[in-house]
Amino acid sequence: MTPNNIVNMAKIKGLDMIAVADHNSARHLPVISRVAQEVGVALLPAIELNTREEVHMLAYFESVEAAVDFSEEIYEYLPKVKNRASLFGRQALMDEDDEIIGEEERLLINALSLSIDDLAFMLKDRKALAVPAHINRGSNGILQALGFVPPTEPFSALEVSVGLPLPHKGLPSLPHLHSSDAHYLENMLEATEFLTLDSCTPRGFFDYIQNWKGN
Amino acid sequence: MTIQELAALVEANIVTASVDTGREVECGYTCDLLSWVMANGSEGMAWITVQTHMNVIAVATLHDMSCVIIPEGIKVEDDVIGKADEEGVAILTTSLGAYEICGRMNAKGIPAK
Repeated sequence: MTPNNIVNMAKIKGLDMIAVADHNSARHLPVISRVAQEVGVALLPAIELNTREEVHMLAYFESVEAAVDFSEEIYEYLPKVKNRASLFGRQALMDEDDEIIGEEERLLINALSLSIDDLAFMLKDRKALAVPAHINRGSNGILQALGFVPPTEPFSALEVSVGLPLPHKGLPSLPHLHSSDAHYLENMLEATEFLTLDSCTPRGFFDYIQNWKGN
Repeated sequence: MTIQELAALVEANIVTASVDTGREVECGYTCDLLSWVMANGSEGMAWITVQTHMNVIAVATLHDMSCVIIPEGIKVEDDVIGKADEEGVAILTTSLGAYEICGRMNAKGIPAK
């Protein structure tokens, strides 16, 4: 996946807004954002955090700058383990022309040494949204790792994997989001899930989530 | 074996203040996926886990476990300890690893569930 093929595939598939969420890093977002602007796809800045409990949690930000600041802030909590490309793939940093301009050496998929509580409250303080990812997927979903969704953390929504069973009871009353969770270009979904936003911008998305009153 | 005796066996501190440490430990278990423990826990169990989330106390309480053992010197937050005291589940912390703890418990005849 490269900045241009992600954004252009999104355009072809008719997606109005995409969230690009690397594991534990926002360092690619400035480039993605510039490409997205050029192509005409709105970008929701995001990071897929891996918490100390090995729960994957999406963080959504109103601006690329806020995402990058947060990314730099958590970097010291990422174990100093080097990536092995043969196991985890390359962690290349590319420019607007998809030219490789650098490589992230530290393994990004590792769990941060910050708990899900720590991270959820840090995000709240920074006016970002904390959304447990693929909660019903099994590996790295909050339901498997923690047994149930804890009621005390300030989550803004739950990301639910389509087509997998979801318990009917015991979930906090929060909006459900669905995504492709695409790690490869061919996994990107067509425009099958819709939100009606006042504006197709991160602010519009934030307003939708924060004004959600239940179904 | 009581919780008090188990703590001595695995060189643990009992960090809860008010839980009855004279309670018997019936069996031992180790797992870090809370969903799995929710499905497989049992009464009187001593459960070893590196997880320290508040949900650990809920899962232990659900099964009326005897105690939770946190290995490798991992720190447990005060609010989690407070909840464990409230629910009557002892928390033991030790610098030993889970493998060593299991070995010692097994050698003393504490059964699997």
